Amino acid sequence: MSAPLTSLDRPNSYIGRSVPRPNAKRLLAGRGRYISDIRLPRMLYAAFLRSPYAHAKIVAINVEQAGALEGVHLVAVGADLAKICTPWIGTLDHFKGMTSAPQLPLPLDRVVWAGQAVVAVVADSRAIAEDALELIEIDYEELPLVVDIDGARDPGGPLVNPDSVNNVCFRSQLDSGAVDEAFAHAAHVVEEELSFGRHTAVTLEPRAIVADYDPAVGALTVHHATQTPYQFQDLYSRHYGIPEARVRVIATDIGGSFGMKLHVYHEDMAVVGLSILLGRPVKYVADRIESFVSDIHARDHRVHARMALDAKGEILAMDVVDLTAIGAFSTYPRTSVVEGNQVIRLMGAPYRFKNYRAALEVIFQNKVQTSQYRAVGHPIACAVTERLVDMAAAKLGLDPFAIRARNVIADDAYPQTSPTGYRFEALSHQVCLKRLHEMMDYDTLRAEQAELRKRGIHRGIGIAAFVEITNPSPAFYGVGGARISSQDGAILSLTPSGEVRCLISVTEQGQGTEAIISQIVADQLGVAQEHVKVITGDTEVTPHGGATWACRGAGIGGETALQATRALKRNILEIAALILQEQPSSLDIIDGEVVDAVTRNQRMPISEIARIAYFRSDTLPPGTQAQLTVSHHFAPQGYPFAFTNGIQGCSLEVDVETGFIKVLKHFIVEDCGRVINPMLVDEQLRGGIVQGLGAALFEECRYSETGQLVNGSLADYLVPMPMEMPDIVIGHVETPTADTELGAKGVGEAGTAAASACVLNAVNDALVPFDATINSIPITPTKVLKALKRF
Amino acid sequence: MNGSDETLLDDVDETVRVRFIVNGRKVACEVAPRETLVDCLRNALELTGTHAGCEMGACGACLVQLDGRAVHACLMFAVQADGAKIDTIEGLTESGAIADLQAEFHRRNALQCGFCTPGMLVNAHELLTQIARPSREEIRDALSGNYCRCTGYEAIIDAIDAVAKARSEEGGAT
Repeated sequence: MSAPLTSLDRPNSYIGRSVPRPNAKRLLAGRGRYISDIRLPRMLYAAFLRSPYAHAKIVAINVEQAGALEGVHLVAVGADLAKICTPWIGTLDHFKGMTSAPQLPLPLDRVVWAGQAVVAVVADSRAIAEDALELIEIDYEELPLVVDIDGARDPGGPLVNPDSVNNVCFRSQLDSGAVDEAFAHAAHVVEEELSFGRHTAVTLEPRAIVADYDPAVGALTVHHATQTPYQFQDLYSRHYGIPEARVRVIATDIGGSFGMKLHVYHEDMAVVGLSILLGRPVKYVADRIESFVSDIHARDHRVHARMALDAKGEILAMDVVDLTAIGAFSTYPRTSVVEGNQVIRLMGAPYRFKNYRAALEVIFQNKVQTSQYRAVGHPIACAVTERLVDMAAAKLGLDPFAIRARNVIADDAYPQTSPTGYRFEALSHQVCLKRLHEMMDYDTLRAEQAELRKRGIHRGIGIAAFVEITNPSPAFYGVGGARISSQDGAILSLTPSGEVRCLISVTEQGQGTEAIISQIVADQLGVAQEHVKVITGDTEVTPHGGATWACRGAGIGGETALQATRALKRNILEIAALILQEQPSSLDIIDGEVVDAVTRNQRMPISEIARIAYFRSDTLPPGTQAQLTVSHHFAPQGYPFAFTNGIQGCSLEVDVETGFIKVLKHFIVEDCGRVINPMLVDEQLRGGIVQGLGAALFEECRYSETGQLVNGSLADYLVPMPMEMPDIVIGHVETPTADTELGAKGVGEAGTAAASACVLNAVNDALVPFDATINSIPITPTKVLKALKRF
Repeated sequence: MNGSDETLLDDVDETVRVRFIVNGRKVACEVAPRETLVDCLRNALELTGTHAGCEMGACGACLVQLDGRAVHACLMFAVQADGAKIDTIEGLTESGAIADLQAEFHRRNALQCGFCTPGMLVNAHELLTQIARPSREEIRDALSGNYCRCTGYEAIIDAIDAVAKARSEEGGAT
C-alpha cells in the first residue's frame, strides 16, 4: 500500500513540512540569550521613579540625597535628557488632522498618567537604584483628569493636553453612500452597542534593554527586546543625532512581543540617553508592575452599530460609530489610531453588502497609551459584525451557519472590493464555513445543547467568520511618513564547505521565523535543512527590513528568502556549468549535489564548486567572477495587503448560578495561503486563540476614578492559564496568493481575530432561554450575573 | 522616605555568605539578605535559564528544584536556601533527567519564545515523579501555575502526556 507521491516526496522538499524549529533546543536547555540575561562589562542599572498621579504639574524635584547615595552614578530628570534627545510626535501624515503632543524620555513639567516615569536613577545595581528612588522628593500639584471615554469627550471637561481645544486625537469617516436609504427600505434592522475593555500583552519576559554608548568612537549598541530592530536603529540615530551606520540594534531571543515590543517607550529612549550621558552600558528591565503601568494597552472601544437586512436575511448595509480612548499620547512611530482605523475598515469584511458608513473618534485620556497589539482592530470589528449577524439570525429565525452561508462573499466571486475600500484577492469563506460545520459536528452539538438545557445545563455555541490583514505594503506606514520598512532583505552565501548562511531582516520571537526561512532556502536550493544557518536580529549584520509585525514574516520574509535562494542557485549552476562544460539549464541541485536536470545523475557536490570558487579561482575560465553571496530585497507589490480568512467556533458552558464560563472546545478553519510548516501554523493559531479567549473572558486593565490601575499584577490581572483553556481543533484551507511565488500569507493574528467574537456569540447563545444578553468584553462572571439580573 | 532610613539601607546592603549545592556542585556566594534566590541564581551564579516573570509566584517562570521539589525561586530569599540542593534547568539538562521531556517538547514545538519553558519543564518533571500517568486534566491542573503567552498550552499538555505514556510503557517492559 503506497500513497500517491506528493510534492513532499521530492528530495529537499521542506515547504509544507512539519519540521521542528532548529533554535528551540537551545531554549529548552535554558540556553536562551534574552535581553534580560545580558550583562556587559562596566554595566550599570537603571530604575525609574513613576508618577503616583494620573495628571499633575511637577512643581519641584529634589534629587540631592538620591544622587549622594553610594553606588549611584546618575540621577536624571526630564531636562537632562531633553538636552540630547529630540522630541517625538506620534502622528502620521495620511491620518489627516491627527494630533498628539510632543513626547520626551522623561517629562519636563507635567505628568499625564499614573505610572509615567519621571526621574531615572542609574546605579551599580537595580536594588541600589531602587533605594535611591525612595530618596527623591517630588512636589506635584494635582490637575483635573479624565479617565473614561465620556469624561474625555465632555466639551467642558479637563484637557489631557492643555494646548489643545479638546481631547480628540483623530476623527475619520467612511461612507460608501445610500446607507440611510438602505436602512429605510430594510425588512429587518438590528442594533447594538458593544464595549471592549483595555487589556495588555503581558509578555512573559518584560521589556528589556541594554544601551551601550561608546564615546571613543561615537557608536551606540543597543541590545533591545524588540520585534523591529531596524526601526529602532533609525529612531535612536535620529533622536540622538548619531549617524545611522554607528547605531547597532541587536534583538536576540525575545520573550514574547505580540506587537507590544515595537513601540517607542519613554524608559527605553531614556536608557539610551543615560548610556550616552555616562559613556557606559546601562540596563533596564521592567518589572511586572512597571509593565502593567507602562507597556502599551490595547482595545478600549465602544462601538455603536446597526445592520440592515432584507426579508430573506441578506445584509444590505452597516452603520457604525467607533469611539476609542487611547491614553495621553498617540504612540510613536506607528500611532494609536491604526486600531480604530482597522476597526471601521474591517467591519463586515466577510460579507457581500454595498452600503456602509462609519465614524471613528479617537480620544485622549489620562491613562497609559494604547496601541497596536496582536490582531490590531480585528477582534472588535469581528465581534461587532458577528454579534449583529447572530442577532439578525435570531430575528429571522435562521441558524447562525445558514445566515452566514447566505451572506459571505462567494469563493468564486473574487477579486472583490469591500465597501470600506479593501481589495480582496481571493478568500474562501464558503469552504471554511462548510468545513467548520463538519469539524464541530454541529448538529450533534445542537442536539446535545437542547438535551442539556432541559436539565438546567446551559451550553452555548458560537461561530465567527473573520478576515485578517497580513503582509502590509508601503501604503501602510511609509505613505504616512514613518520610516518603517515594508520590504525585507536577505543575504545568502554558499560557504566554502558548501553550506548555506542566510542573513535575513525578518526577526524571530519564537514563532519559528528561522525554521521557515531555513525550510524555504533548503527547499529552493536543494540542500538539507540542517546545512542552512539562518541569522536574524542584528542591524549590523542582517540587511535592512521591516522585520516581524503585522504577519509579514512568512509572506514577505519568506518570499525574500525564496527569491534570494533562486538567485544564489542560478549563480551556483553557472559556475557548475563552466566547470562541467554544460548549459546551466541542464543542471539542478539535489541534496547538495549538482545533478543532471533530466537524469538526476550526480555530477559534483556543491561543496566542490565552493572549494574551486573560493580557493582555486585560477582554474575557472578567464573573466569568471564567482558570486556565491547574493543580496536580495523584496517589497510586496500588487495587492496592498494579503488578506486571509477563516472561521472559528466555540462550545462553552455558562454556570447561571455563579456566572462562570467554561470553554469546552474551540475550533478554527483558517486559510493563510501556502502553509510552510503546518505545525508552526497550528501553534500560531492556538496561541492566538488563547490570547483572544483571555481578552474575551478574563483580561482587563481596570482603573479607579483617579486614574490608578488597580489590577497591575499577575495576581490581580487574570490571564488564561492551562486549566481554563480548551483543546483547539484546527482545519486548513489553502488559497495561495498569486502576488508571490511562495504564495504564503500571514497567520499570527487569525486566532486572536475571532476568538472573542466566538465567545460573545456562544455566551449569548447559552443565555437565550433567559432573554439575557451580553454586550461587553471581557465577559466576567459579574457581567453574566448582571445580565441574568442575579447581581 | 527620607534620610533616616540610611541605617536600614546599610543593613540590607550587608552581605551574607551562603552555600548551596547547585546542579551537583558546591557553590558559595555573598548575597544581600533581601536578594531573592532567582536573582542570586541569575546574577551571582550566571544561571540565566531560570527566569523572572512576575516576581510573585504567579507565572512559574522561576521554578527550580530545591531538595528535589519544584519551588518558586522568586518567592524565596537566597539566604533561606542556604545549605539546599538546587537543580536548575541547566543542571537538569546536563544530567539528562529531563531529556525525554525536552525531546518531546522539541518534536511537538511545545514552546515558542521559550521564556516560560524552563519553568514548564521543572514543573512537568515534578508532576511525572508524583503521578506516573496523569490525565490531561491532571496535567492542565498541575501546570495551572505556569503562564505561557505564546502556545495556548495544548502542545505542552500533549508533550507531557506523550512522555508520561512512553515512560510508563518503558517501565512496564522491565
